[in-house]
Amino acid sequence: MKTINKKTLFSAVAIFAVYGIVQGLIAFNALSLFYVLTLVQTCIYIMLAVSLNLIVGFTGQLALGHAGFMAIGAYISAIVTMKFDGPLVLALLAGALAAAVAGVIIGIPTLRLKGDYLAIATLGLGEIVRVIWLNTDYVGGAAGMSVSRSINWTWAFFLMVITVLVIRNFIRSSPGRACISVREDEIAAEAMGINSTKYKVIAFTMGSFFAGLAGGVYANYMYTILPTTFGFLKSFDILVMVVLGGLGSISGGVIGAIIMTIVSAALASFPEWRMVITAVLLIILMIFRPNGLLGNKELSLRVFQKKRGENNGLAKN
Amino acid sequence: MEGTFQDIIQQLVNGLSLGSIYALIALGYTMVYGIIKLINFAHGDLIMIGAYIGWFATTVLGLTFFPALILAMALTSILGMLIERIAYKPLRNATRIAALITAIGVSLFLEYGSMLVVSPNIRVYSAVLPETIYNVGGVIFKAADVIMIVTAVVLMVLLHWTVKYTKIGKAMRAVSHDKDAARLMGINVDNTISATFAIGSALGAAAGVLYGIYFKTINPLMGIIPGLKAFIAAVLGGIGIIPGAMVGGIVLGLTESLVSAIGFSNWRDAVAFIILIAVLIIKPTGLFGKNTREKV
Repeated sequence: MKTINKKTLFSAVAIFAVYGIVQGLIAFNALSLFYVLTLVQTCIYIMLAVSLNLIVGFTGQLALGHAGFMAIGAYISAIVTMKFDGPLVLALLAGALAAAVAGVIIGIPTLRLKGDYLAIATLGLGEIVRVIWLNTDYVGGAAGMSVSRSINWTWAFFLMVITVLVIRNFIRSSPGRACISVREDEIAAEAMGINSTKYKVIAFTMGSFFAGLAGGVYANYMYTILPTTFGFLKSFDILVMVVLGGLGSISGGVIGAIIMTIVSAALASFPEWRMVITAVLLIILMIFRPNGLLGNKELSLRVFQKKRGENNGLAKN
Repeated sequence: MEGTFQDIIQQLVNGLSLGSIYALIALGYTMVYGIIKLINFAHGDLIMIGAYIGWFATTVLGLTFFPALILAMALTSILGMLIERIAYKPLRNATRIAALITAIGVSLFLEYGSMLVVSPNIRVYSAVLPETIYNVGGVIFKAADVIMIVTAVVLMVLLHWTVKYTKIGKAMRAVSHDKDAARLMGINVDNTISATFAIGSALGAAAGVLYGIYFKTINPLMGIIPGLKAFIAAVLGGIGIIPGAMVGGIVLGLTESLVSAIGFSNWRDAVAFIILIAVLIIKPTGLFGKNTREKV
């Protein structure tokens, strides 16, 4: 089997082209700070949306505490860089690992719960995490914690690419398929010998890990982190991105995150309108397209290839 | 020693006032969950709408407590029915996840929509209840506390009677037991669900007015936290079970005031969620729930 085929080569070229263009624009000061901020935020939200999609879209477990894991990653990485003067890589890893450990500890008891109960339990856990940071004076309590900026566009972009690639490959692996089978029918999956709790916990832990990583990127880019940033509204925001793009679609998550970040940036001066529009969008989407814009399909070049294949088949007949 | 005892009684009174508000809100959650198996996230925001109508009625229209309460309950129940018809009805056969996300959408819409309408600023409730204070052996009873608890209890008794003995109550129980069988028996399922939303929203609005009076200020996001806590109360008592919601609300209110009393008021919200998770892990069906087997 060829490890590098045309498609991967094309994807790699596309990824570097996007990176190169933006980096070039930044180098020539062609982008205002607001645009750079929006671009880095887009990367952070893509990481969050794709990792939440692994839990909600692929494994079918409605979790509403993603902001909690983001908060763990943000605060732990900020503690490493600010309190211990640790290097950025170590800080990001520590944040992500802490979030993953929290994911395991929280996941094992709560993932036995189904549907609505899981949603509420995870929402509660996200709030508990927030209250803990709020009451910890070591990290500034309600006043927040200031962090120096050590993340730039390059870091944010490539960490985002790594996140997307890892999750994409996980979905195509055997455990990934097991996660999808849990979503499709848990009882049937159990009957086929799949330990559904194990795969739910794996998906949940991976999702938390990357949410923690995204939190670390956020903390080391935004100068200050506040406990209120990581409330459940943030979790809802991420969920909206996932639902908008497509539950169970990696490219859907990416597109949802891009659309929502741009919409939020465009409506930054009208925060109420932004939320009202989000809400109406969400309701209309659920009524008419409950699996999101892309559903569980992926946006890829294969769409064209398949069409060509069909045409060939017709020609032969 | 006597002082400590009085403190404990005092906290019980405070907890009972707060708990009766939670119980009223929890009833709305539990009724809706019982009938269509949906966590109505927007219920917390109906409390906020109720509180604003109450504020408008007392401050702008100059009504007294009871007319304002009834006006708030009536208008909010209409809103509750509208929400059900527009947002939830098309999704009745959709997946649970879709319904839940819609409920979150409705909740955000009500919160930020009302921010646009009434501005995000806080409003101060005028003192509509007498400020009389009774001192019974060192324990302070405010007249407002008493009226609040009595109002809550009367509403709950009324609800219990409605569900138990009236035609619509019987229909509600039938639909929540088995929707299809109820339809075959000639029960209008759509109307019954609407009625459930109306009653639940009216109780929520009453809770909103009481909440406004109790905490003095209201704002468009005020419904979120009491909404979530009342949901915890509903789960604690066993979601879908009406007496469970009442007991759960009171227990949660008492716990919260005790946590504040021993000096951990900053952790109050976290404690409520810890209770929730503990209940979900130990006995997910709640205090009054029966265990059901998983069936294919």
